Amino acid sequence: MTRAPLAETPSPNWTPDQPIVRIADVHKSFGTFEVLKGISFDVRKGEVVCIIGPSGSGKSTLIRCINALVPVTAGSIEVEGIDVTDPRLDKLALRRKVGMVFQQYNLFPHKTALQNVMMAPIHVLGQEKREVEARARALLAKVRLAGKENAYPGELSGGQQQRVAIARSLAMRPDVMLFDEVTAALDPETVKEVLVTIRELAEEGMTCMLVTHEMNFARDVADHIYFTDRGVIVEHGPPATFFASAQDERTRRFLSQVL
Amino acid sequence: MSAPDSQGRRPGDLPVLLPFALPKDRAASRLRPAHLRLLAGLAVVAVPAWAQGGAAALSPLEVVIKWAPLLLTGFAFNVAISLMAMAIGTVAGIGLGLAMLAEGRILPRLAWCATQVFRNVPWLVLLFFVMFLVPFQITVFGLRVPLPDWVKATFGFSLPVMANVAEIVRGAVRSVPNTQWEAAESLAFTRRQTMWRIILPQCAKRMLPPWMNVYSLIAMATVQASIVGVTEMLTLTAQVHAAEGGRPELFAPLYGFALLCFFLYCYPIDRFTAALERRFETR
Amino acid sequence: MIATIQAWFQQLYETTGFNFTIFYDPYDWDRYVAGLRMTLILGISTILASLVIGAVGALLQSGPSRVLRALVNGFVVVFRNTPPLVQIFFFYFGLGTLLPDIRSADGLRAPILNNVQWAIISLSLFAGAFNVEIFRSGIEAVPRTTVEAAEALGYTRFKAYRYVVLPLALRVCLPALNNNLINLLKTTTLAYAIAVPETLYAVKQIWSESQNVLEMMLVLLATYAVLVGVLVWIMHRWERALRIPGYGR
Repeated sequence: MTRAPLAETPSPNWTPDQPIVRIADVHKSFGTFEVLKGISFDVRKGEVVCIIGPSGSGKSTLIRCINALVPVTAGSIEVEGIDVTDPRLDKLALRRKVGMVFQQYNLFPHKTALQNVMMAPIHVLGQEKREVEARARALLAKVRLAGKENAYPGELSGGQQQRVAIARSLAMRPDVMLFDEVTAALDPETVKEVLVTIRELAEEGMTCMLVTHEMNFARDVADHIYFTDRGVIVEHGPPATFFASAQDERTRRFLSQVL
Repeated sequence: MSAPDSQGRRPGDLPVLLPFALPKDRAASRLRPAHLRLLAGLAVVAVPAWAQGGAAALSPLEVVIKWAPLLLTGFAFNVAISLMAMAIGTVAGIGLGLAMLAEGRILPRLAWCATQVFRNVPWLVLLFFVMFLVPFQITVFGLRVPLPDWVKATFGFSLPVMANVAEIVRGAVRSVPNTQWEAAESLAFTRRQTMWRIILPQCAKRMLPPWMNVYSLIAMATVQASIVGVTEMLTLTAQVHAAEGGRPELFAPLYGFALLCFFLYCYPIDRFTAALERRFETR
Repeated sequence: MIATIQAWFQQLYETTGFNFTIFYDPYDWDRYVAGLRMTLILGISTILASLVIGAVGALLQSGPSRVLRALVNGFVVVFRNTPPLVQIFFFYFGLGTLLPDIRSADGLRAPILNNVQWAIISLSLFAGAFNVEIFRSGIEAVPRTTVEAAEALGYTRFKAYRYVVLPLALRVCLPALNNNLINLLKTTTLAYAIAVPETLYAVKQIWSESQNVLEMMLVLLATYAVLVGVLVWIMHRWERALRIPGYGR
């Protein structure tokens, strides 16, 4: 795994021993509808965090707030000391640190798998093409797609596309990866290949935040699980205790439905 | 279809990318009061000139009002030509379209060639073609039938209509799933019965919006008849301009008036076509 | 070679009466070629200008200014629903006579814009109005989520447009664009009405003088069949070159 040395992107008020993501009392409303009603938690470097909960509980909104795709209404989010809610936020600086993978892959359909991975480092970071290409090939090999470099997204299966999307995100050398229900649109048989890729990433020490419906995977890979319902965190804890002895009635009902 | 489809090509024929669909709404072209004002502004753009025109000369607006009845008669003639050309062209076009879909080798190819020629040659060239090569009278059963210029022009306009309608018919029939043909065949329908009783009724609805598109285009094209000497609105406009002393500042309001007439006629058709397309799409 | 062709058509005339003057009379040939050249000038310049108008219009339509959006909408609605021939007359006679004259080098008064330039302007605006709609629908067809993915990778709005939205939008609207540009090429014949010496004009001059209407009509039909055919071929090549494997239907 190639990681950018931290010196490359210095953040003034942050040291690796502090939480890499700090979410403090985040509120978000769409019109009069309040989706997030005060969410707070920290994520430490190298930690793998899973956010679970019923549909419409605000999980995806929360994860989109972290890389400023959605502006928050109130509260604050910090990533490596960068204040995401600052109106003068340097979005490029933030998005170099935070990678994101979507439910619908969202690959660029007019570019090959390799080009998809290479585009952002060249266009956004202005890196040298030859170096980026070598890295992109390595990343595709890492997600087990060696040989598919020149395939267009339309020629790949859902699981393959999603792995290209992960490689595309990793090419920006992020410090935090966000996964927004990345297996929800996949065929059951291709879910596994994507989960294996994410697990390897987690084992290498990448800080990961996942919104997921794959409870077994969450139990397996997560360091900490947050259960959200109607815009608040109802309950959280390490998977062992969370799944074994949930306290809240809502959590228990949810778990009994999905497990 | 937001394309200016004098080609009569349907979106179904086109390699549209799979994950996207062309949105059919034309929210952008919805009429707002501002647009009418803009057009009215065009029609009287030469108003400043009128101030210097002196007492004897009528103001541009007065000229337009004075001659409006004559000009509108001319416009009615344009509409009449367009309706007749559309009627002839539609009947001929359905025939040509079905010929393209017929079994056998020679007939479909000939029909295809005719369609391509009449679609791809400029309408004005077709108009010249008919005006110069069709005689001014024909003899039917010893009876001499005179063919005035406007009749020939109508015929000239019906040629591109025919080709475009033929293409619309062919495209619509092609868009009916093959399983419909198989189902009809298994019920012992003949090919002709299948076409007229099963396939065409299904595509009639689909053909309506592009057909109206063609009408709108032919209505706007009728002014080209003035180029080949048929007296219609544009010819009258030039004559009115001459009758008013050929003052240059009268050009803009007079041609602006013609623009306004066509706009008021074609715009509702355009909106209606778009509305139909939207309605058929949701089904 | 040329002499052989000329002799052949001369003989064709003498034996059959088919009088293709342009193929043996250098004077008529020159007039025909000049007309063809003018048609090409009109066609190429209006195609390019209408593409620019369409792109700028579509950009303004998605822009923040309400006034500009309303203006572009008005432009599109008016130019799509009025006859292009009347538009040409309106511009050439209506606006052309209102503009002040300039003095040319030899001291004569000349209009600022001649008939060729007015034809190019009005035809470009006519086709441009259609292009605005075509481009806009193409841009709208690019899924919002694809743009979001670009944003998440750190693309600015401008760069996301340049590298993701526009390449995709172009592919979506290419078929409609093909139609419109082919239509535009055919519409250049309307410049005949303000005496622009394009192909139709030149051919009509030839047949009025040489009394060979039928022959020149055939030449005219063949000329436009070839011109349109070449444009169709170019556009289809372009469409094929841009086709994305796995996404074509």
